[in-house]
Amino acid sequence: MTAVSMTVNGKPVTADVEDRTLLVYFLRETLRLTGTHIGCDTSQCGACVVHVDGKAMKSCTMFAVQAEGAQVTTIEGLAKDGKLHPVQEAFRDNHGLQCGFCTPGMIMTAVDMIRRKGAMDRDTIRHELEGNICRCTGYHNIVSAIEDASKRMTEKVA
Amino acid sequence: MITYPFTYKRAKSVAEAETLLKATSESKLLAGGQTLIAAMKMRLANPPELIDISGIKELNYIRVGGGQVAIGAATIHYDVATSAEVAKAIPALAHLAGVIGDPAVRHKGTIGGSVANNDPAADYPAAVLALGATIKTNKRAIKADDFFTGMFSTALEDGEIITEIAFPIPEKAAYKKFANPASRYAMAGVFVAKFKDGIRVAATGAAPCVFRVPEMEAALAKNFTPDAVANIAVDASNMNSDLHGSAEYRANLVTVMAKRAVAEAA
Ligand SMILES: Cc1cc2nc3c(=O)[nH]c(=O)nc-3n(C[C@H](O)[C@H](O)[C@H](O)COP(=O)(O)OP(=O)(O)OC[C@H]3O[C@@H](n4cnc5c(N)ncnc54)[C@H](O)[C@@H]3O)c2cc1C
Ligand code: FES
Ligand code: FES
Repeated sequence: MTAVSMTVNGKPVTADVEDRTLLVYFLRETLRLTGTHIGCDTSQCGACVVHVDGKAMKSCTMFAVQAEGAQVTTIEGLAKDGKLHPVQEAFRDNHGLQCGFCTPGMIMTAVDMIRRKGAMDRDTIRHELEGNICRCTGYHNIVSAIEDASKRMTEKVA
Repeated sequence: MITYPFTYKRAKSVAEAETLLKATSESKLLAGGQTLIAAMKMRLANPPELIDISGIKELNYIRVGGGQVAIGAATIHYDVATSAEVAKAIPALAHLAGVIGDPAVRHKGTIGGSVANNDPAADYPAAVLALGATIKTNKRAIKADDFFTGMFSTALEDGEIITEIAFPIPEKAAYKKFANPASRYAMAGVFVAKFKDGIRVAATGAAPCVFRVPEMEAALAKNFTPDAVANIAVDASNMNSDLHGSAEYRANLVTVMAKRAVAEAA
């Protein structure tokens, strides 16, 4: 066992884990943050995407010990003071989900791409979503939600 | 999926990684983990110890100068894809890094890990071979032509750590990839580079190991246009055949990607 410490959604956490504990299990089972999902478990689907030091990463393809000292943000960390994050709002407004299984990963990926690229056209959004799979929506409304959010968020800054 | 148990160690320098590698036989380097962790979860790999080199500062840099682009082994794909310096010196290399996998993979995967792994469908090997790059390790410098020895195999010896890949800056270059729509790995990718003293063409994804296409190089040296390669076909009997595409299909893709790459570079 190794003692691992990191900051998750702004709170410092420390726990003893086996070195082989994947970050996604650490989040879900040790911290009980079950918003981060495991879809494929083979690095393909993006349901497990979280931010590590501000960058989107697949938490099923990373060990918890690799996040020692890191700032980790999960879907639970996006809403502030009871107010949804603009990307969460946009997913609701645009009907960007059906069963919702892929949604945490889609939203974390969307927040990351908007941070990097600002307002985007639909084609760019589709390319940026290459690592996220949705079984339900056919992507159309997910792309609309991200397009909408990227406009709202960049207008606010401007 | 859960891997077999192992001990995790973090190296702060190349020297420390070297010492740790020597101490335990069968220990493995961990860089971005985007290949190794997946293999360990499938229990195809079972190293008793992992030595994490991803945080080593002396392995994380991009330096442009002296006619080359030198990239530290632990540099992530995202940093190469978004480097203004790389985009200016070898735009095709920045483009290549930006079409590897997806954004989350590019935030973690490294150039050293990709080159050491030599996946038949990986992108970087095409750039390394076509640009005639030098692979620097803790022990020596290896020329690209001597480095890729077969499917998932390289000239690296036990305990050898890639520290840098140095790419000579060409006059012109382009990379064209036909990505597998599901995995994003290359079904075929062709990198064409034009230097003052010659042309180099390398193809990845199509065969068990990245390879040069001497007939195309000779034709392009005389006439650097897409037409020059349009009728040059690689031998289908050397290509991969699987559920994603037959050997003939891949052989054809090599010609098509080569044409597109020359059109872009010319
Ligand atoms: C969903 C997905 C899609 C992908 N798509 C693509 C794609 O389209 N194109 C592509 O090229 N790749 C693709 N990849 C692979 C990705 O680029 C990996 O990052 C890369 O192959 C391995 O790099 P890594 O840093 O993650 O290495 P790791 O997984 O950490 O290591 C891989 C191997 O290299 C060894 N190693 C690592 N660093 C060194 C070093 N410095 N010296 C010596 N040995 C070392 C390790 O011991 C291990 O054996 C994809 C991966 C995923 C998960
Ligand atoms: S669960 Fe991590 S990518 Fe699918
Ligand atoms: S909404 Fe069901 S998987 Fe995407």
